[in-house]
Amino acid sequence: MTFDAHVCENGHVTYPGHTLCPDCGEKQTDTLDLAERTGEVVTWTQSTATPPGVRAPNTIAIVEFDLSDEDVTDEFVRAIGQVTSEDVETGDQVEPVYVEELRDPEAGIKVPESQEWDGYRFEPV
Amino acid sequence: MTVAVIGASMTKFGQRDAWIRELISQAGEAALDDAGITPDDVEHLYVSNMSSGEFEGQTGIMNALAHDLGVMPAYSERVDQTSSSGGAGIYEAWQSIASGASEMTLLVGGEKMTHRSTAEATDIIASITHPDEYKHGLTLPSFAGLTARHYLERFDAPRESLAKVAVKNHKNGVDNPHAQFQKEIDVETALESPIVADPLRLYDFCPITDGSAGMVFTTEERARELTDDYAVVSGISGATDTHVVHEREDPTVMGGVVQSSDDAYEMAGLGPDDIDVAELHDMFTILEFLQLEGIGVADQGEAWELAMDGYTAKDGELPINTSGGLKSKGHPLGASGVAQGYEIYKQLVDEAGPRQVEADTALACNVGGFGNCVITTIMEAR
Repeated sequence: MTFDAHVCENGHVTYPGHTLCPDCGEKQTDTLDLAERTGEVVTWTQSTATPPGVRAPNTIAIVEFDLSDEDVTDEFVRAIGQVTSEDVETGDQVEPVYVEELRDPEAGIKVPESQEWDGYRFEPV
Repeated sequence: MTVAVIGASMTKFGQRDAWIRELISQAGEAALDDAGITPDDVEHLYVSNMSSGEFEGQTGIMNALAHDLGVMPAYSERVDQTSSSGGAGIYEAWQSIASGASEMTLLVGGEKMTHRSTAEATDIIASITHPDEYKHGLTLPSFAGLTARHYLERFDAPRESLAKVAVKNHKNGVDNPHAQFQKEIDVETALESPIVADPLRLYDFCPITDGSAGMVFTTEERARELTDDYAVVSGISGATDTHVVHEREDPTVMGGVVQSSDDAYEMAGLGPDDIDVAELHDMFTILEFLQLEGIGVADQGEAWELAMDGYTAKDGELPINTSGGLKSKGHPLGASGVAQGYEIYKQLVDEAGPRQVEADTALACNVGGFGNCVITTIMEAR
């Protein structure tokens, strides 16, 4: 399992990926794995009114990963995801941890087979 | 060709026994009546609706309405742009007249939601998000929580300023017989209500609502023949921003609001200072700040001051959401943009009753998704 951001021919980076780069319209041809990196919390919320199949409360953060040492054009890329702890603040350093199931695929409006999702949560370090 | 609005309607918003077909029929019939036209006059019929299939299992509602109102053989089409379906309907209706394709267009927006539990309704709405958001349980309220925290921390705005938006809009809603809540609240009630998406609480959010609204559009030439009281659409535009919310360069800027309002001002030959009254999409209190900044009424990071000093109150410099906004009126998704149009039309033709303010020029900003798509409409009195 990887936590892939996507890189176009001009070095623009997005998470998640897109068919064409939103910045320049070129194809995204490369990936950059965020799984082993540390990021910084830009903002967070704790949601108590969650949909069927989602944990409650659900703490979510937008996290910024510094890319200034990478051979890409963008200085950083942001991602969003659940936080492992209910105790988080803006500016905290976090790292991705793998979880097998982010929400219960049997619940909710979507077809179960379309939402069997593993992925990464953010853990404060 | 200049496009005129000659009539508008809205049903009672709230928890209704009627299903979607009946709701849109009620608003459609009332809009025809308000405009003083007959079903035979209608050449195009647009129905703004986000999710009748998902909420109720009823699809094809534009054809149902065409038959129930007897407007056949009028062209009919359903318009879905999520929460801004109503604004998108105004844009389509405007295009139909401006292009000459139709000389009389009926627009009806509606949604039936309250038969679903809050969790189910939240899930249906959350399904508009990108799978990489949805899989983490992201909901529209949680985007509002993330954005509100960032706004308050970055601009050092008091938490109370968001509560003031709710208090103002509830106060305005008292004078709106169609509103879901006709009840004043105070700042303490808002600040002590249960947390929904920290730092936002129950009173920072609009309710789940059933309801419908309608508008009738024609050429200005025809409007002059039919009535003395009409308004014209002098500026209108729609724009998009990223689908994935965290990919925006600045989390406090809704690019679709900026672009669509810039375009609408340019088309009308007007600017933010010319607006006398506005309806903004206060699905969440924080959105009123982002839109006030996006449409150029306030500088970035300063709109909260307008809520604190009464600038946006009904008796302030620029009354915002005289209807009570989505906050007190309710937010039947596809109806909301049309109900904004209803309010500014009624303000411009002096039929807003106890909500009436002095207004020759009015703006409505209807936001879809979390700013994913936006329609800004400017109307002027004649």
